[in-house]
Parts: sequence; structure tokens; C-alpha cells
Amino acid sequence: MHMDLASLAPALPEIVLLAAACAILVLDLFLTEQRRHLTYVLSLVALVAAVAATIWVGGGPREVVFHGNYVRDPMSDALKISVFLVTLLGFVYSRGYLVARRLFKGEFYVLGLFAALGMSVIASAASFLTAYLGLELLALSLYALVAFDRNATAGSEAAMKYFVLGALASGLLLYGMSMVYGATGALSFATVGQRLAVQPADQTVLVFGLVFIVIGIAFKFGAVPFHMWVPDVYHGAPAPVTLLVGSAPKIAAFALAFRLLSDGLGPLHPHWQGMLVLLAVASLALGNVVAIAQTNIKRMLAYSTISHVGFIFLGLLAGTPDGMAAAMFYAILYALMAAGAFGVIVLLSREGVEAERIDDLKGLNQRSPWYAGMMLLLMFSMAGVPPTAGFFAKLFVLDAVVDVDMVWLAVFGVFFSVIGAFYYLRVIKVMYFDAPLDEAPLRAPADAMWVLSVNGLTMLALGLFPAGLLSICVAAVS
Amino acid sequence: MTAELPILSLTIWLPILGGMLVLGSGDKAPNVTKWLALAIAVATFLVSLPLYTGFQAGTAEMQFVERAAWIPAFDVNYHLGVDGISMPLILLTTFVTVLVIVAGWEVIEYKPAQYMAAFLFMEGAMVGVFSALDAILFYVFWEAMLIPMFLIIGIWGGPNRVYATIKFFLYTFLGSVFMLVALIYMYTQSGTFEILGFHELRLGMREQVLIFLAFLLAFAVKVPMWPVHTWLPDAHVEAPTGGSVVLAAIMLKIGGYGFLRLSLPITPDASNYLDLMIITMSLIAVVYIGFVALVQQDMKKLIAYSSISHMGFVTLGFFIAFIVMSRPEAQGGAALGIEGGMVQMVSHGFISAAMFLCVGVLYDRVHSRQIADYGGVVNTMPWFAAFMVFFAMANAGLPGTSGFVGEFMVILASFRADFWFAFLAATTLIIGAAYTLWMVKRVVFGEVTGGKVAELSDINGREAVVLGALAVAVLALGLWPQPLIEVMGASVDNLLRHIAVSKL
Repeated sequence: MHMDLASLAPALPEIVLLAAACAILVLDLFLTEQRRHLTYVLSLVALVAAVAATIWVGGGPREVVFHGNYVRDPMSDALKISVFLVTLLGFVYSRGYLVARRLFKGEFYVLGLFAALGMSVIASAASFLTAYLGLELLALSLYALVAFDRNATAGSEAAMKYFVLGALASGLLLYGMSMVYGATGALSFATVGQRLAVQPADQTVLVFGLVFIVIGIAFKFGAVPFHMWVPDVYHGAPAPVTLLVGSAPKIAAFALAFRLLSDGLGPLHPHWQGMLVLLAVASLALGNVVAIAQTNIKRMLAYSTISHVGFIFLGLLAGTPDGMAAAMFYAILYALMAAGAFGVIVLLSREGVEAERIDDLKGLNQRSPWYAGMMLLLMFSMAGVPPTAGFFAKLFVLDAVVDVDMVWLAVFGVFFSVIGAFYYLRVIKVMYFDAPLDEAPLRAPADAMWVLSVNGLTMLALGLFPAGLLSICVAAVS
Repeated sequence: MTAELPILSLTIWLPILGGMLVLGSGDKAPNVTKWLALAIAVATFLVSLPLYTGFQAGTAEMQFVERAAWIPAFDVNYHLGVDGISMPLILLTTFVTVLVIVAGWEVIEYKPAQYMAAFLFMEGAMVGVFSALDAILFYVFWEAMLIPMFLIIGIWGGPNRVYATIKFFLYTFLGSVFMLVALIYMYTQSGTFEILGFHELRLGMREQVLIFLAFLLAFAVKVPMWPVHTWLPDAHVEAPTGGSVVLAAIMLKIGGYGFLRLSLPITPDASNYLDLMIITMSLIAVVYIGFVALVQQDMKKLIAYSSISHMGFVTLGFFIAFIVMSRPEAQGGAALGIEGGMVQMVSHGFISAAMFLCVGVLYDRVHSRQIADYGGVVNTMPWFAAFMVFFAMANAGLPGTSGFVGEFMVILASFRADFWFAFLAATTLIIGAAYTLWMVKRVVFGEVTGGKVAELSDINGREAVVLGALAVAVLALGLWPQPLIEVMGASVDNLLRHIAVSKL
């Protein structure tokens, strides 16, 4: 088979990232402990280069290469850039934590880069195979990262759970894909979509396969009732890894859902809509209610993730371009919020002390008003209170749902978001209204502090000017 | 002539950006911070004055309009403008904020920069609510003002502040999210988020009732109306004086304003259909909450309940209009009800602010809000006693003060609807006098009780300026309410013409 080199150009971001990750992996072996910072810097450079490559090859009309397996369109461009930037945030937040705990190793960055590569492949998936390939690359990197702190039993346990459940989910997904392949005889989304639209294939097999695919997606998102791994993994993993697991992969999960359900199985919308309604309702209810009972902030944010997934599903299930754009906006924004919130936890953890309890945030306003302010913005954004960006994420999603005549679902969503507001308010309460347990101001590396400021102020900036990101999402979907 | 200068934007963003400046100046030099905050508040007040001087009273058109695209994909615009209904409330906001900054001058010792900044942020958001002509912009400001208030009560409040502030936030948040769904629904029906576009939107009865109820939940919590008023006494008791003042003087008005800007014109048929329910709720607030106020031991709680009772007049005036309108012989009565409600809102803004400030003056000295801890204050604080008695009289609706005008107009309008409505509403003149004057009697008059009262020092110049300014406002509005009524006349007539036409 002839392969023109120019036809590889759309995959430049992946090529850059893969080459960089491999190079860093090898280079890191020859670095002494003192010069490990080079790995860190190079990883950041790799991500920036990947962003640059995405912008360079991106922007044009839709291109499908690798025999219909790989697509580059405005959607993949936007998602890749978000994934790379959020991963970059994660790397910067983590450095101080890793150094303090003697975890400052090259593997963290290499695995992180491979995870980013996996997400980027998902974003560009044009066939079931590519999607699965990217998903596994992401998942395997994350399993290893969760167990990254070898001496921590909680981490190993979490990794084991994550691996077993994740493998199960991958199996289910693959099974569902095989069903669809059997019914349509095609692997590429475009062909599957065409065949479904033209000839009514065997609905039983198709819907059967669809169920498994939706379950696989729900597992990866962490939607109820496939959410069991989320709290344990978030809790057990070291805080920087929780950051990596909890932020950018949500963008990838959205990409997976969009590529599979909209690009591939779009004609089955009436079927998957009903399934997503159930998942969304259950996630909104359980996530928000159970989060109230948590005293561990990582677990609380884990349940909060579940509830946000419910909102993302609200956008997806609408099935309209507006709904997809809203879900995309929400996923990108959520990744940013989660990166910031976990970033604060990472920064608060000092040598030997994990800032895991909500009480560890007590009196943060007295210790470091600026950090407290940033966390305040992040929490209000998660709660969806204007003028932060979280409000618009919810607004767009609700609009999509009301647009398809599901007003009851919107009412349900806002009702549970009020319940959800309570636990975000509690975080603000301990930061602002309680006396600190420890008077010392927070000490954080300058790079992390800048990144946190940018991260927090982005919530405000996107809340005041949401049109830019929204128009990117709208353009990506259409 | 003022079209070149975006006065509304200035009034909104000057305090918000100024608040950031205040926040950035930090607590290293508290005096600089405070003067800076005061300068910004005064500047905002001055900037807002052209809204009155340049206002054209003869028209119901929106004035000082500004419009820019904000989120084109959803046709959301940064659209501002005022009419006779919102303009007085904006001036009230900028006026009261200056007083609040002055009132917190020496009292706030913990992080004064954050305190002052929170009030300035809130001022910007509240002006934004009153001037927004786009539903999403309205909602953004509406929710945004919760954040500073949440922090003000929670950080600088009393012992039970956490409970009170979370209750306040969740109560209001719950009320408003359903309004959001209603707004989105109307967007999907009309394709625009323009509030004035919603006014023209035709809706079926079932839709109207549901939308009306969603709005009612939001506005009734804010006003607050019986039976969703329970957050208010808690919030008031725990809030620092400045927080109570803004809460009572302005935030409650936002609920009343919401009725006029959204509920009535968007769902006139549902408002007409459910008017008896609202009137009943209002009368319960007026009478029953008045009795509840009578038995309070805590001064702030008493004033809080008195606020609920007085706000009952506002909603009564708004909805009595529907009954009056259905009687052709009572021409003009409907306008009387709505204008009375509006006057009552402005007047209550002055009086409740003054009452809370009076309690704050006592609290700063004695650190107690219990009526039983006081007695004979007039002996040690004669100037203060004079102010307090004056404001208490205004609160009780003494003719010549602003408290009388609004209540009288609403009662007159009620007479044209039904004698018994008017009768029940008029009982407030007795109950209101009873709880207010009885409190004044126990606190201000009588023998000096206890050492603390004996050691009290009279109000200083700063406090005198604040109370004096409010006293002038109360008296001016009481003696000569005509300018206010004139300003809103055209807008109210326009509103009445609009709601008289069925949308079915």
C-alpha cells in the first residue's frame, strides 16, 4: 500500500507528541537527580509544540486520512488544544508536590504525555479501531499513573480497582463495537453512519451493540451506575495524578461519545437518547446528594465530577448541534475547573501532609487571600453561579435540553444543581468563615502560582466573555 | 444629550473595577483603603445622578440605552436601559451604598478591604439587575450579587452566621434557578433573550401559569413573601449592619422590581388569574408577620419582620391593580396601586436602612441586640434618640414621612378593589405602630437600666451624617413625593396598558 508522506500531515500533533515522549523517555535515563528539571521543561515544551502543531495543520476543512481511520476537523483541533493545555496545567501544578515527595521522576511526565497522546488519538478517531486504540493508550497510562507512588497502598489498591473495572469497560465497549460491525459491516464511522441512514440493518443486533457501547462510554465518563471506580481512584491516587485523571480525560470522554454516538451511530439517536437520559438523571441525583456526605475533598470532587457528567450527558442526549456544542463547552470548561480545584489541593499538600480533608482548607482566606480567591472562583464556577463560566456551561446545556422539549429534564437538572451548590459553598465556608488550623501562608512555586491565577481568572474571563469559546464549539460541531 | 456617555455602564462597572482596586490595595493601610472605597462610592453616586437629571419623564421608552452583542450564538446582548420604574431604584442603590461604606468605617476591623470591595461589587451587580434589558444579563447580575452578600454575612456576621448565610444563599438560589428555566423556555419560543421581546411573546394559559410560578418562586423568595420569608430574619440578625442595610434597602426591592419587569408584563393573564393568591399572601405578610414582629426580643429580628410586613404592601399594590382594572368605574386606581407599591419600595429602602443603622449604632457600643438589655438610652444619647424616634415614626407610617405615602396609596387602591382588603391592609397602621413604638419605648425611654447604657456616648459626626442624610430623604419623600411619582408615571401607565391586553 502506498502512503504519501504529505498525507500524514494532519496527524502532526500526534507525531510530535509521540516522538517527544519517546525522546524524553530515553533522555530521562541519562539525567541525574539534580538535572531532572530538564525532563519537566522538555515535557512542557513537547506539549506546547503539540499545541503549535495542532494550530499549524489545523483550521482547514475536514480531512480524513489513514484510509478513513483518522480525521482532522475543527472539532479535533479544538479538543486537542484543550487536552494539551489542561495536561500542561497539570504538569505545572504537580512539580512542587512531586519534588517534595521524591516522586519527581521522568515516568510521570512520559506517562502523562502518552495519556495526552491517547486522548488526542480519540479526538481524531474516525473509526472504531482508532477510537479503541486511543482509549487503551489513555487508560493504560492512567492505570500506571494511579499506582505511581509505589509505597502507597491506597494508590496500589486504587490502581487495581481502576484496572479491573476499566478493562471490563473496554471489553464491553469492544463487544458493542463488534456487534455494530456485524450489523453494518463497517468500522469507519462515516460508513457506519451512511449504512444506518440508508438501509435499516438488523435493529436488534444494533441496539444490543449500542447498549454496550453506551455502557463503555458511561464507564469512561464515570456516570451512574458505572461510577464505582471514580471515588476510589480519585481518593487513592496521589493528588497530581487525580488531577490528570479528573481533568483532561473528560474532554477525551466527550470526544469518544461524540465520535461514536454522533459521527457513527447518529441515526440511532432515539435509542441512545433514552439511555443517556437515564444515565444523566441518575448521575445528577446520586453525584450531588452523595457529595454532601463527603469529608474528604478528593472524594467530594469525585462525586461532583459524577454530577457534572450528568450535565454533559444532558447536552449529548439532546443530539442537536447546539446540544453537542453545549456538551463540548461544558467538557472543556469542566476539565479546566477540575484542573484548578485539584491544583489547589496539590499546592496545599506540603511535605508529608496530604491536604485531603475539606478541613485542610480552613481559613485559607487568612493564610493566602489570593489562593482563596481563585478557589472561590473555581467553586462558584462548579456550582454554576454567574458571573463565572460554569453558569454559561449549564445555561447552554439547559437550553439544548429545553430546545428538544425536555423541560422536565432541565428542571430536574437545576434542582439538583441547587443541592450541589451546598457542598461547593461548604468549601468556601471553610476557606472564608473558619479560623485556620495553620497560620503559615501557603508557599508554592512561582510557576504553579501563576498557572493557578490564570486558571482561576479564566473562570471569570470566560464567564464575562463566553462567546469566543462557544463559537469555537459551535464551529467544531457543525 | 447624554447618549455619548454610557452612564449605566459606568454606574455598573465603576464600583466593580473600583472594588478590585480596593481589594488590591489590601489591608496594610486601612485608611487609604477606606477613603478609596468611599471615593469610588461617591463617584458612582455622582455618575448616577444624570440618570435623574437627564431623565425624560413623559415617555415610557427605555432611556440611556446601551446595546452590544455579547453571545451572538444565543442572541444574548449586553443591553441596558432604564425607565421610570428602574431609575429611582438605581439611585437608591448608589445612595445607600455610600452610606453603608461610611457606616462600616470604624466598625469593621477584620479585612476592611475585602468588606468594602464586597459592597462595591454588590452595588455594581444590583445596578446591573435594575438596568439589564436582556434576560441573561439580568440573570447574571441577579445571581452575581449573591456572592458578595454570602461572604459579607459569612465573614463579618454574628455567631450563627454560617447557618444564616448558607440558608440565604440556597434559598435564593433555589428560587432563581427555576426562573432560569422559564427564561430559557421563552427563548426557545421567541428566539431572543430580550426582556422587551418577552413582553410581546404570546403564551398559552398553561405556559403562563407555569412561567408565572417559576418567577413567583424567584421573586417571592427575594421580596420575601410569606411563606418563603424564613431566611430573612436569620440573615438580618447575623449580618453585619452594612449587610442588613443593603439587604433590606435594596435586595428586597429587586424582588418587587422583578414582578414589575418580568411577571406582570410577560404573564398578564396568569397574574390576573392568580392575583387573589398573591393578595392573600401579601395580606398574611402584612397582618400575621406584623403580629410576629410584635413579640420579638431581638431588635434586628423585629425590624426584619417589619420589613416583610412592609414589603407585603408592595406586592399587594402590584396585584390589587388587577382587581381594580376589572372594575371600569375605578379608573386610575390601578395606577395608584402600582405607584404606591413603588413609592413604598423606595421609602422602605430609606426607612429600613435607617432602622438597621440605628440598631447598628447601639450594637457597636453595647454588643447586644436584645431589647431587654436597653432602656433609657435617651438619657445618654439624646441626639441618637431623636433620630431613632423619628425613623420609628416613619416606620409606623406617620403622615409627613415617606412611610405614610406608599402605604396610603396602596390602601386607597385596595378600597377600590374590596373593602376588606383595605381593612386588613390598614390594620398595619395599628400593628406597625404597636411593634415599632413599643420597641422604641423599651429601648429609648424609661429609666437607665444597667451600667452599659449609662456609659453610652452619643453618636459621632460620621453616624450623624449617615442618619441625617436618611432623615432628609425620608422627610423629603414624605412631604413631597410628587417628583418620584412623576418620574414613574408614564412607565406605570404603559405597564398597565400592556397588562390590560390578554396574551392568550
